[in-house]
Amino acid sequence: MEYILIFITAIFVNNVVLSQFLGICPFLGVSKKVSTASGMGMAVTFVMTLATLVTYCIQKYVLDPNGLGYLQTIAFILVIAALVQMVEIVLKKVSPALYQALGVFLPLITTNCCILGVAILVIQKDYNLLEGMVYAISTALGFYLAMVVFAGLREQMELNNVPKAVKGMPLALITAGLLSMAFMGFSGVDSGLRLLFGLD
Amino acid sequence: MSYFKILKNGIVKENPTFVLLLGMCPTLGTTSSAINGLSMGLATTFVLILSNLIISLIKNLVPDKVRIPSYIVVIASLVTILQMLMQAYLPGIYATLGLFIPLIVVNCIILGRAEAFAAKNGPVESIFDGVGIGIGFTIALTLLGACREILGTGVLFKSDDFGIAGIPLQGESGGMLMFVLAPGAFIVLGYLIAIVNKMRKA
Repeated sequence: MEYILIFITAIFVNNVVLSQFLGICPFLGVSKKVSTASGMGMAVTFVMTLATLVTYCIQKYVLDPNGLGYLQTIAFILVIAALVQMVEIVLKKVSPALYQALGVFLPLITTNCCILGVAILVIQKDYNLLEGMVYAISTALGFYLAMVVFAGLREQMELNNVPKAVKGMPLALITAGLLSMAFMGFSGVDSGLRLLFGLD
Repeated sequence: MSYFKILKNGIVKENPTFVLLLGMCPTLGTTSSAINGLSMGLATTFVLILSNLIISLIKNLVPDKVRIPSYIVVIASLVTILQMLMQAYLPGIYATLGLFIPLIVVNCIILGRAEAFAAKNGPVESIFDGVGIGIGFTIALTLLGACREILGTGVLFKSDDFGIAGIPLQGESGGMLMFVLAPGAFIVLGYLIAIVNKMRKA
């Protein structure tokens, strides 16, 4: 039951982009077309799941036993950077088709703050490994959902006649604001689910 | 380039938020009030100045191929130092800004300036560039925070972390809470960039 709660909360209630402001750069940068947005979303889902698994193990089995908790930031960013490189190399060899689809987005992901952010959040929230993995996957799916919905909206707005000063980024930001407002409609769903499952 | 020109370049011509549109995550995530935005801007400026200085000093020692990873290590070390300092002396604001302090590591402004400026210029110019870009970022964050705070709560420069009561601008009625919450960040930033665009064209 707790897993369902984590899943729903991470996708809808605390959406990583629209309410936690992580991963805004790809959200605004590669959301002009639905196809590229969905490619980016898939790449993030893939890397975020892997990165959370690896950083969790590093924190619990390397940093914590040796009292090196303060090295968290440095260790995590290096692990993520190395991981992204490795994923790129492995994908190129093993699955050229998937590499074709995700390849362009992989180098961008190292500096995507939602990967590092989720890795740190999983540690901060004191999840166990399984909860952490569910959290990472559902956060990534939330990112995917936000990307695709937003890209769909932007495709529709492409031909609209708007004032020159608003064209481009300002219009995208205002649309994102409205989308974020729509997602706020889900707030309260988590406490409802808690009552339903009898977790309180 | 004269030092003054480098400073002005960072604040006006290459303003990281309004012109280059870099570092959007902290810009949107920490500006629920003017003081929070100001603190985040200053924290980023601290890392930016030191990383620019160190990278301009080591640029000839680092082989070209491992340039980016070594810059990231320098930046991550500086962020760790900042985290320790803030935990020790400013625990309140550290808790408020939370996740966004370690996330300075992946702020594109810092790596961007390291690559675009510090790797090509001397230490003194790099410090001035860090100060200029840092001030530009801080001004943008404070402005955005101030707009959201006035519209959202009707008070300006209020901070519980520093115990500042703030300047009340609209009676007791308060404001529209939405501007302090997530949607307000997107909408206010959108309109601010639109205003800057309009001013730049005029």
